[in-house]
Amino acid sequence: MMWTRRDQRNGLLFISPWIIGFLIFTAYPIFSSLYYSLTQYNVVDPPKFRGLGNYIDLITTDTVFRTSLYNTLYMVVFGTIVITAATLTIAIILSNRRIKGLAFFRVIFFLPTLVPLVILCILWIWMLQPQTGLINTFLSYVGIKGPGWLADPHLARPAFIMMFLWTSGGAVIIYLAGLQDIPQSLYEVASIDGANLFQRTFKITIPMISPVILFNVITYVIGIFQSFAESFIITSGGPNQATLFYSLYLYQNAFQYFKMGLASAMAWILLIIALFFIALLLGLEKRFGYRQ
Amino acid sequence: MRVKEANYLEPGEIAVTTVLAAVLAFVFIVPFLWMTLSSLKVPAELFIVPMQWLPKKPQWSNYLRIFNEFPFLLDFRNTSILVVVNIVSAVASNTLIAYGFSKIEWKGRETLFYVVLATLILPFQVVMIPLFILFHRLHWIGTFLPLTVPGFFGSAFFIFLLRQFFLSIPNELCYAAKIDGASEFRIYSRIILPLSTPAITTVIIFSFLRTWNDFIGPLIFLTDNKLYTLSLGAQQIMHNLDPKWDMLLTLGVIMTFPVLVIFFLLQKYFIQGIAMTGIKG
Repeated sequence: MMWTRRDQRNGLLFISPWIIGFLIFTAYPIFSSLYYSLTQYNVVDPPKFRGLGNYIDLITTDTVFRTSLYNTLYMVVFGTIVITAATLTIAIILSNRRIKGLAFFRVIFFLPTLVPLVILCILWIWMLQPQTGLINTFLSYVGIKGPGWLADPHLARPAFIMMFLWTSGGAVIIYLAGLQDIPQSLYEVASIDGANLFQRTFKITIPMISPVILFNVITYVIGIFQSFAESFIITSGGPNQATLFYSLYLYQNAFQYFKMGLASAMAWILLIIALFFIALLLGLEKRFGYRQ
Repeated sequence: MRVKEANYLEPGEIAVTTVLAAVLAFVFIVPFLWMTLSSLKVPAELFIVPMQWLPKKPQWSNYLRIFNEFPFLLDFRNTSILVVVNIVSAVASNTLIAYGFSKIEWKGRETLFYVVLATLILPFQVVMIPLFILFHRLHWIGTFLPLTVPGFFGSAFFIFLLRQFFLSIPNELCYAAKIDGASEFRIYSRIILPLSTPAITTVIIFSFLRTWNDFIGPLIFLTDNKLYTLSLGAQQIMHNLDPKWDMLLTLGVIMTFPVLVIFFLLQKYFIQGIAMTGIKG
């Protein structure tokens, strides 16, 4: 391939806004965040260098850090299982082309993703009310006395998983797009061989869309590590720190306790964890996934 | 063997899946119903046990009271300013950048594009603190600048989306124009942009949604309640002794409704944008 001098200049000229923005709003912050993570810094006084002190404190002595990591891993493990199973099931149900009103159903599952975050939180505070909340009201219709979801440290995280599931319509849309790409001939053959719905799902559908599952899981896991607005607004991390998620503790350190150095160290640990999960999932995909 | 359709469900399976889909759809839609009905209640009605679905007498006046009991017009104005600026900057910057990444051949293009994609997975938390400190030093905290200026320098998701679209436009169109002596900017503005209205519409919609729904940006960078957005304003009154739940639910309907209308009008662009992110999975 030959590049002319003129094309080279024009190409760089057209993307120059991105280059400038990348240097100022991404590259510079990444490196200075790495530097701050090695210091003690409260914004007012100049940063004091303390080497790996923040990292060592977090890992060895900070029990709140450990709690926030546990809470987030809980959301990663159980949230991934519940949300993947549920969204995939919905997509498989909707991918049946003889279902009436597919377009309508697709819209319904997507609508919750459009609710502004703060409104989502206000709505779910009410959904989860022990006495008048929608969830416990429906439970009472079938004779179950619903719990105080956000008051019980064991139920607050499952309640958050329910809320995140409600806003997972984007994953359903992506699964539906993936399901459309599966060659129909595979189902034909399976059908002739007498495979039932479960066999077809586990032997054809899931292996065939495993790259899409992988994509959605990565998106969810990265999202979970970064999300703090929901717990910030709904529970402030309670009850008993059950919803004090990783990024909420990071936010508190940065903007409530003004421990910018410690918070930066948390941000770097977050980055490493996120990269680890991406590498892990890509590795799994390479080993077990379907290849075209 | 009779030819069957799609996923080859037996008649029994079709009935079961249709019923299941309907039940699930009801579960997903019912919070909207509840919010809309509750936005018409008097505050005391929200606390009646067991829960009442319908307001005794619909309080349409809630939708007028919000102008007095919540700084609705001010916050709406602030949100609208941010929305307009961010849409204009997103379209202007990202179309230029995506053109440079798709319609001009130059050395290092693919490598730099991988850098663009890599920034997609960078957690905001990593850059959040240095950005705050940077904006603090520039005296931008408490102004709209941190929420608007970065938009003029492109955004990885929009660059990706537009680049994919531009790549689908045949290069022959550009070559023909080049032979006629057209400059790159002319090809960009006269050929590529007019052909790209679907992709640009998708960018406008997502840019609107991003700004309209944004909470974390305003939370970190705004300090003066005269500049609060609707989201930040709503969150702030939740901390009052009397959170005015009826007003918050009314505001919830007002803030959600425009998004839903835009969605229904421009559905295919939404689905395109969402599905596009997954294709590369």
